[in-house]
Amino acid sequence: MSGHDSKYFSTTKKGEIPELKEELNSQYKDKRKDAVKKVIAAMTVGKDVSSLFTDVVNCMQTENLELKKLVYLYLINYAKSQPDLAILAVNTFVKDSQDPNPLIRALAVRTMGCIRVDKITEYLCDPLQKCLKDDDPYVRKTAAICVAKLFDINAELVEDRGFLEALKDLISDNNPMVVANAVAALAEIQENSTSPIFEINSTTLTKLLTALNECTEWGQVFILDALSRYKAADPREAENIVERVTPRLQHANCAVVLSAVKMILQQMELITSTDVIRNLCKKMAPPLVTLLSAEPEIQYVALRNINLIVQKRPTILAHEIKVFFCKYNDPIYVKMEKLEIMIKLASDRNIDQVLLEFKEYATEVDVDFVRKAVRAIGRCAIKLERAAERCISVLLELIKIKVNYVVQEAIIVIKDIFRRYPNTYESIIATLCESLDTLDEPEAKASMIWIIGEYAERIDNADELLESFLESFPEEPAQVQLQLLTATVKLFLKKPTEGPQQMIQIVLNNATVETDNPDLRDRAYIYWRLLSTDPEAAKDVVLAEKPVITDDSNQLEPSLLDELLANISTLSSVYHKPPEAFVTRLKTTVQKTEDEDFAEGSEAGYSSGNPVDSAASPPTTTGNIHPAGRQPAPAPAVPAPVPDLLGDLMGLDNAAIVPVDEPTTPSGPPLPVVVPAAAGQGLQISAQLTRKDGQVFYSMLFENNSQAVLDGFMIQFNKNTFGLAAAGPLQIQPLHPGTSARTLLPMVLFQNMSAGPPSSLLQVAVKNNQQPVWYFTDKIILHALFGEDGRMERGAFLETWRSLPDSNEVLKEFPGITITSVESTIELLTAFNMFFIAKRKNGNQDVIYLSAKVPRDVPFLIELTAMVGQPGLKCAVKTPTPEIAPFFFEAVELLFKA
Amino acid sequence: MPVAASAIYFLNLRGDVLINRTYRDDVGGNMVDAFRTHIMQTKELGNCPVRQIGGCSFVYMRISNVYIVIVVSSNANVACGFKFVVEAVALFKSYFGGAFDEDAIRNNFVLIYELLDEIMDFGYPQNLSPEILKLYITQEGVRSPFSSKPKDKPVPNATLQVTGAVGWRREGLAYKKNEVFLDIVESVNLLMSSKGNVLRCDVTGKVLMKCFLSGMPDLKLGLNDKIGLEKESEMKSRPAKSGKTIELDDVTFHQCVNLTRFNSEKTVSFVPPDGEFELMKYRITEGVNLPFRVLPTIKELGRTRMEVNVKVKSVFGAKMFALGVVVKIPVPKQTAKTNFQVTTGRAKYNPSIDCLVWKIRKFPGQTESTLSAEIELISTMGEKKSWTRPPIQMEFQVPMFTASGLRVRFLKVWEKSGYNTVEWVRYITKAGSYEIRC
Repeated sequence: MSGHDSKYFSTTKKGEIPELKEELNSQYKDKRKDAVKKVIAAMTVGKDVSSLFTDVVNCMQTENLELKKLVYLYLINYAKSQPDLAILAVNTFVKDSQDPNPLIRALAVRTMGCIRVDKITEYLCDPLQKCLKDDDPYVRKTAAICVAKLFDINAELVEDRGFLEALKDLISDNNPMVVANAVAALAEIQENSTSPIFEINSTTLTKLLTALNECTEWGQVFILDALSRYKAADPREAENIVERVTPRLQHANCAVVLSAVKMILQQMELITSTDVIRNLCKKMAPPLVTLLSAEPEIQYVALRNINLIVQKRPTILAHEIKVFFCKYNDPIYVKMEKLEIMIKLASDRNIDQVLLEFKEYATEVDVDFVRKAVRAIGRCAIKLERAAERCISVLLELIKIKVNYVVQEAIIVIKDIFRRYPNTYESIIATLCESLDTLDEPEAKASMIWIIGEYAERIDNADELLESFLESFPEEPAQVQLQLLTATVKLFLKKPTEGPQQMIQIVLNNATVETDNPDLRDRAYIYWRLLSTDPEAAKDVVLAEKPVITDDSNQLEPSLLDELLANISTLSSVYHKPPEAFVTRLKTTVQKTEDEDFAEGSEAGYSSGNPVDSAASPPTTTGNIHPAGRQPAPAPAVPAPVPDLLGDLMGLDNAAIVPVDEPTTPSGPPLPVVVPAAAGQGLQISAQLTRKDGQVFYSMLFENNSQAVLDGFMIQFNKNTFGLAAAGPLQIQPLHPGTSARTLLPMVLFQNMSAGPPSSLLQVAVKNNQQPVWYFTDKIILHALFGEDGRMERGAFLETWRSLPDSNEVLKEFPGITITSVESTIELLTAFNMFFIAKRKNGNQDVIYLSAKVPRDVPFLIELTAMVGQPGLKCAVKTPTPEIAPFFFEAVELLFKA
Repeated sequence: MPVAASAIYFLNLRGDVLINRTYRDDVGGNMVDAFRTHIMQTKELGNCPVRQIGGCSFVYMRISNVYIVIVVSSNANVACGFKFVVEAVALFKSYFGGAFDEDAIRNNFVLIYELLDEIMDFGYPQNLSPEILKLYITQEGVRSPFSSKPKDKPVPNATLQVTGAVGWRREGLAYKKNEVFLDIVESVNLLMSSKGNVLRCDVTGKVLMKCFLSGMPDLKLGLNDKIGLEKESEMKSRPAKSGKTIELDDVTFHQCVNLTRFNSEKTVSFVPPDGEFELMKYRITEGVNLPFRVLPTIKELGRTRMEVNVKVKSVFGAKMFALGVVVKIPVPKQTAKTNFQVTTGRAKYNPSIDCLVWKIRKFPGQTESTLSAEIELISTMGEKKSWTRPPIQMEFQVPMFTASGLRVRFLKVWEKSGYNTVEWVRYITKAGSYEIRC
């Protein structure tokens, strides 16, 4: 029987949060515990339960360990969004870290380390200091890892409080698990720091090798990985180390085995005795083979690593090729890797067996695998001269099966075989020509054409064969066109008869006049010139002897190979890329991070594949969309294509100079917050459209309350009614934690107009290198768009008023607005480019007429009616585009409320 | 850096998050969406278990109807990550009492959260031994397989045991009857050509152990392997006894086995965990006794008819017998009608896997059995490509037979109280991937 926790997932939809709140504050322990479980269940399915923070934290002080753990889990998830409230938990943490029960002490320290809130970090130091010296090894091993966590949050603090020394002391701890975790923590800190922190000398080496025998399987991995960086002083020491590490090869844990192999390979570099090396190679083979009986995913990792090992030391697995034969039911990724290794291990001795296998694979179902198998035969032919003939005969057998993609693949590799062994196997050309008309893939076609051109003198009907391709010359892909051109020239040089002469005319004409491919055109012109000036020279050039090719495909550079071997069993060894190529994290210097090169930031991190789509983000009344969780996720795309619009935006060369960082001149009232810090992982954004010196700006304030330096800010506006878009890039200097930056982003109008009914919503996406893309919705305040040229003559005003039909007049009453005086109202409105025309009294009401103009010369004729000192304002607008009148009313409301 | 994970997600087949735990801050909370859009919803799924998308790498495997996805942004130790997942699943199974699937996760999410917190810290795997964790992570509603056992003092020294040198066995166990069960389970993997040549053949064996022993016993296992015997006779300076010895290609051991001692003395000595565990795994490629020979003849008679004849011979001792023998003979997709006779067992055409499935419940040693079938095919137009014949696959179990010839010579138990133990040994050979091309 198992648990019944699924009941916690089924809660009533209505009033869920208040209900939970009530239960969390229940006086009954069981009810509280159930409530916390429900909260965790809601969190698990992605509901936002952060509003229950205080209530959940109140349940923290409990004797019940299970409940405590749940509350801690909640804290880890939500402390960052409620940094101020998280402080409430500190007391309990500190108390728990002194609990008599070591499990609770460890739990407190472990959890505190996971809460990345500055204020909590400060309180973590004292408990951590104690726990590093705790009597109980369980607490010490937890504290050791906690130092690494703290270093990640605040490296300086770790340095200042002497945690590094304490951690180093733990290497001599009498408990192996504490040693292992301390090693892991130190190795990580070293990796992220530029100063020497954890250097392994021969004393630590001896200590760690001893601990190796006693610690858990994972601990052995930590230690082996850390030690693999150690450079032995001389061959003797290297041999000693290897001797201590070899028993690990027998471990059932594949990670231990691979880490041991990594370490042995590193030390082998130093060992000079060939006997020792031979012996080691013999010892490493069986465990590597055994990895292939693990789960397919582990097999894949093993195979990618074996691929590297085989390149470095082919002898290790030279006799084991059979174990790499593919099983019918192997997953495709395992088959592909096995094939690659089989090619590497193929030798004169085993080639017959290998070819039989390849032939078998070439009849399987998976097309990619079949193709690779056919290619493998070709690569073996190129690699092993003595086996070439056998390879060719296998290829011919496969061609006879007449499966289209097999034939095409075979022709591609046979072309390479011809290159490698010129003038040896031309007898098979006739067979190849039989399948000429079935070729439809560019590479296969190009290969076949190359063969015809190269051996034109021995193929009786070479001109006919080539001619059949010429008809479709303009439609062929570039690859085929280039080959056709060269082959025709070769044919002409070898058989300068009438037929080829005509052909060459057609081809040269096609390739020079009729093409827009510069490569093709240039090559054609060179041939043309050569042929017309000196046909003999042309022969020397075109029919020159070619350098012999070798099979070096999929062979890595020696220096890269060494680097990858030092990274055995890591991602780097699986990708066959050095770690820098895919890890974007920067090293932190313990001292200061001022002079870091932020330009390098991870472009690959995030890119909003889809610019804010109005369909995707529902219009909200709060003007605020929480980006986390509920939004359709910004899809991080692979090689980080900057979104088109954004790219265009950045490419715009606009003369507008963007004022940056003007904290001293805050313009007007504080800007409305559009992304609160809680929703923005610590980044708070405030923004509003403003008008300054006749230009529209987007005034923005960025406040970084997170722990990381944020840089690489970019902004993008979705299509909107007025086509508002940024006129230049968003220029924000790297934002250090706790600092803020203000900017006025110049805007242009009518850049990306949205179709559909007008809307005052302005959807904005802001990104930086460290965080996901933040989306928010702002309002377009219309008065920011009113131009300075909006003043109208009275006559013109009247005329326009009359010329517009009554249906263009829109009216709205604002019962909540009171006008204190006519003059101040006019003054206020004039400041926002609404110009006074006339005023009159209507009974005890004042009527004011004003004019304004939005860009593209759309006039706004305004009539305000109000009683001075009395609440209530009537506002009538007449304009050719009455659809945007509601925005005007919004603007009026905003202006008068302020 | 031996970090194994920055975050771990458990997703169902639709891509809903069942449970997740973030261990490090370097991956965003919405990275799992990238996994969904770029892997789960594309053909990439099943193409490669390690993928990089954006700044993150995804390391994933599927177990029953659950995808377990590890997300990392650093150069993590992938082998460690996969092994962690495998071990964690084994741990969960041992807590839930067997199954690991979507329902089990939902039903035990509190427990899983608690375990995830315990078995990995900041991305570094910690102790994953079920035996030890059960000492202090207990949940109501979870059946404990040890409930019938004498109660030990629970929490106080749990922490010492988690971190102790014998991190897999608790102290103070007491049994009335001290028993050890040894199971030698071998799987034979074979790939044979249609002409009967062995292309590849190996045996992967496991020594499974069930220990019900009091106190802290020291065990020593002796097998009839060549190196071990040679070493032994060398140490005792007398010639090895005659008898069959076998050569093990490779051995791997449970973490309880003292590897240094094995390396120097070639003896398997250990303090076992309580209950069931896998003591060792081994592999041999030389001198494998194949339990079955399969001789297929398949004739394609024109485009619409085929004749299939499969003869299966058992080549193990006449007194033994195999159980649950299944022979799967592939036939083309366009099979219309089948007609067959078998000398023993029953056969059926199963169109969903395009195979004739021939089942023989009990197959005595040194006998043979044949199936002959006539198959009619629907003639299809323009089908140029000839039928690519998948291999014949076979399943079986042969009790009291080892394909490798491995035998347990002795199992010694020392405990300071000096009790007597009863040892039981069983052997069984199963088919691994037993394939015959035809």
